[in-house]
Amino acid sequence: LSATPEIPKEDGRPKWDNKFQYILSCIGFAVGLGNVWRFPYLCQIHGGGAFLIPYFIALLFEGIPLLHLELALGQCLRKGSIGAWNTISPYLGGVGVGSWVVSVLVSLYYNTVLTWVMWYFINSFQEPLPWSVCPLNENRTGFNEECYESTAVNYFWYRKTLNITPDIAESGTLQWWLILCLATCWAVVYLCTIRGIETTGKAIYVTAIFPYLVLTIFLIQGLTLPGATDGLIYLFTPNLNTLKNPRVWLDAATQIFFSLSLAFGGLIAFASYNPTKNDCEKDAVTVAIVNSMTSLYASIPVFSVLGFKATTAYWDCLDRNILSIINEFDLPEESIMRQNYTSWISFLNSSYPEKIAGLKLKSCNLQEFLDQSVSGTGLAFIVFTQAIILMPGSQAWAILFFIMLFSLGLSSMFGNIEGVFTPLLELQIIPKSAPKELLSGIICLISFLIALCFTLRSGSYWIDIFDRYAGSVPLLVIAFFEVIGVVYVYKIKRFSKDVEWMTGRKLNLYWHIMWRFISPLLLLTVFMAFVTLQMQKPPSYTAWNPKYEGFPMKEEKVYPPWVQAICVLLAVLPCVCVPLVALFHLVKQKRRSKDPSFVPQEVFSCQGANS
Amino acid sequence: DAQNAFKVRISIKTALGDNAYAWDANEEYLFKAMVAFAMRRYSSKSTTQISNVLLCNVTDRVSFWFVVTDSSKNVSTVPGSEVEAAIRMNRNRINSAFLLSDKTLQFLKITSTLSPPVEPSTPVWLIVFGVVLCLIVAGIVFLIVSGIQKHKKKNKESTERENLEEKVEVTLENGIPCEALDLKAGHINGVFAADDERFTSL
Repeated sequence: LSATPEIPKEDGRPKWDNKFQYILSCIGFAVGLGNVWRFPYLCQIHGGGAFLIPYFIALLFEGIPLLHLELALGQCLRKGSIGAWNTISPYLGGVGVGSWVVSVLVSLYYNTVLTWVMWYFINSFQEPLPWSVCPLNENRTGFNEECYESTAVNYFWYRKTLNITPDIAESGTLQWWLILCLATCWAVVYLCTIRGIETTGKAIYVTAIFPYLVLTIFLIQGLTLPGATDGLIYLFTPNLNTLKNPRVWLDAATQIFFSLSLAFGGLIAFASYNPTKNDCEKDAVTVAIVNSMTSLYASIPVFSVLGFKATTAYWDCLDRNILSIINEFDLPEESIMRQNYTSWISFLNSSYPEKIAGLKLKSCNLQEFLDQSVSGTGLAFIVFTQAIILMPGSQAWAILFFIMLFSLGLSSMFGNIEGVFTPLLELQIIPKSAPKELLSGIICLISFLIALCFTLRSGSYWIDIFDRYAGSVPLLVIAFFEVIGVVYVYKIKRFSKDVEWMTGRKLNLYWHIMWRFISPLLLLTVFMAFVTLQMQKPPSYTAWNPKYEGFPMKEEKVYPPWVQAICVLLAVLPCVCVPLVALFHLVKQKRRSKDPSFVPQEVFSCQGANS
Repeated sequence: DAQNAFKVRISIKTALGDNAYAWDANEEYLFKAMVAFAMRRYSSKSTTQISNVLLCNVTDRVSFWFVVTDSSKNVSTVPGSEVEAAIRMNRNRINSAFLLSDKTLQFLKITSTLSPPVEPSTPVWLIVFGVVLCLIVAGIVFLIVSGIQKHKKKNKESTERENLEEKVEVTLENGIPCEALDLKAGHINGVFAADDERFTSL
């Protein structure tokens, strides 16, 4: 039941139905949740339009060269990550194993984020939306205390969805509704990846294109909302002073890197299903540019909506103040409007200062509301959901928004799963006669069982840990070894000949310079800076604790030592595969060289494999 | 008598917008009537008159204080707890008389009991979840079944092809292709080539 179609090629490897499917899969893998909820946040905190400068420099010097390298590698060697690196040099097999481990770790937690998206999606079919009203307390005289002190949106996220504990050490129980959603998500992933690229290739048409449709709809709607222009101006006003801060450059480099999903092995797997005579250079540039353009395109509706939300919050603040003043001074309704609020306030302050002071009015500042920047899950599940409540027809907007997030995440999951699936298929973990469906089923089932720990009450703290440690440093290390491995072990001369053979034209000087010097240097610098910054303060997290004095602010806590050990393990495990496998092979070689019948490994080349 | 007096705050424009009516003496009369009605319903004795309800300090806001006096007990006010209970019991009647709600017709010392949101017997999300799950499971089953069918067809085809190959192999193994022997033309022997018209056709 291997279901490989009958193809004239000798190796019986599955292939893409057409080039568009391949490009779309790569774009879908690269364009993920980070494009929607991380890039706009970075733009906002790093000086708006000015952030685009380091971003595009990083794209040019780091993103595109590494992307081209991975695609060319996969296309030439026609194997998944483990097989490809074993072919280049058995000492570098660890790079492939490291990629595989990272793909496994990321698949586990990424699908749990999709679980949350699915939970919100299935809750969007109610009127009123469940995150718009607070539930009542026991004697029905008021609202639930936790909900009342924070907001209904926060309450729904932290209590009704996550049922979060105040501390990571308290694990709590498994949340049954999250288990149901998790099972559904893994079922969807299984449905789409059941036969490898044969099925994902069909699914990608929907999951990669649909988000663009929804983003366009949100763009049009967002621009018509009041306050949208404030948000956009705030986002894009360049503040060139921020470029002096090295943190900005670091964030740009890491954002490009993680956004393009490099070093996961998924891109190598995708490219390995290509015919060898394919222009991988053009593909790489296309995918990188589309990914960056999508980030920019997505930030426009995001910031229109954020501007709308800030404006509405500002108006609410004003209205509340106006109401207290009217009630206190028994003035007729609508005597104080938002427009003449400031003149009234100054008049009243001069005439009755004690009364005004007694009211404890909050100062309403639009800039303050705009400054409240959030990224990640906070943006989607708290800020955006709150904005959606304020829009007319909220159910439709909520449904559209969460389907879009789900598609974005799902197309990235395809790449992750492919990075896990292809090497296992090649290593022949299951006998060749067994169907592919069985392998993908086993992968999905085991992942589901392991990911159950993220449905514990402390699950979201663990996901933050996985995101920060498993999905960051190891990728930098693996990418560094990828570049060094190709350029200095496989030798750039051989590689450029292979690429020439594949694309049909000589390798540009730009690629030579980038691959040989600039990209590895840049990766090393980014890695050092990243690690230094992480080490500067003890790793901490913010916990949601209703009993905290500063509630609804989150409480800052330090990770207990056993959690810190796990963080280090997560970061180190994929990296340590590289030297371990090299060592293992060295030992094997030493033993084999004593054997007289030993034949040295043949030198591999792209053209040789296909002539 | 601040203990037995209640402050009322009315926000007509907020509730009704353009359809707002003006607060005048007639509305005050209606208010007194509603309070008297509430007292009568609560205590089930018909002694409270509209004249028992006294309003004072009416401001532009609109807000005012009111007390309910008891005519049977020489000019004393009805205890606040009784008034509160009466108002509570008849709150929505009073609200609807003025086309207002609990928020726009506020009795400042009387907290209203909030009505719980309507909850259907099965949470809606479970229904949606069931639908989504059924679709996905149907998709998976369909793909697996079609995969098994394709595999069976491929097995049948490959066994047929194997048989064909065997036959071809057998015929080749003899060294001389059988087809050549079966051919009606056979190997043409040059010696007899010129005379082939004399052979009878086979």
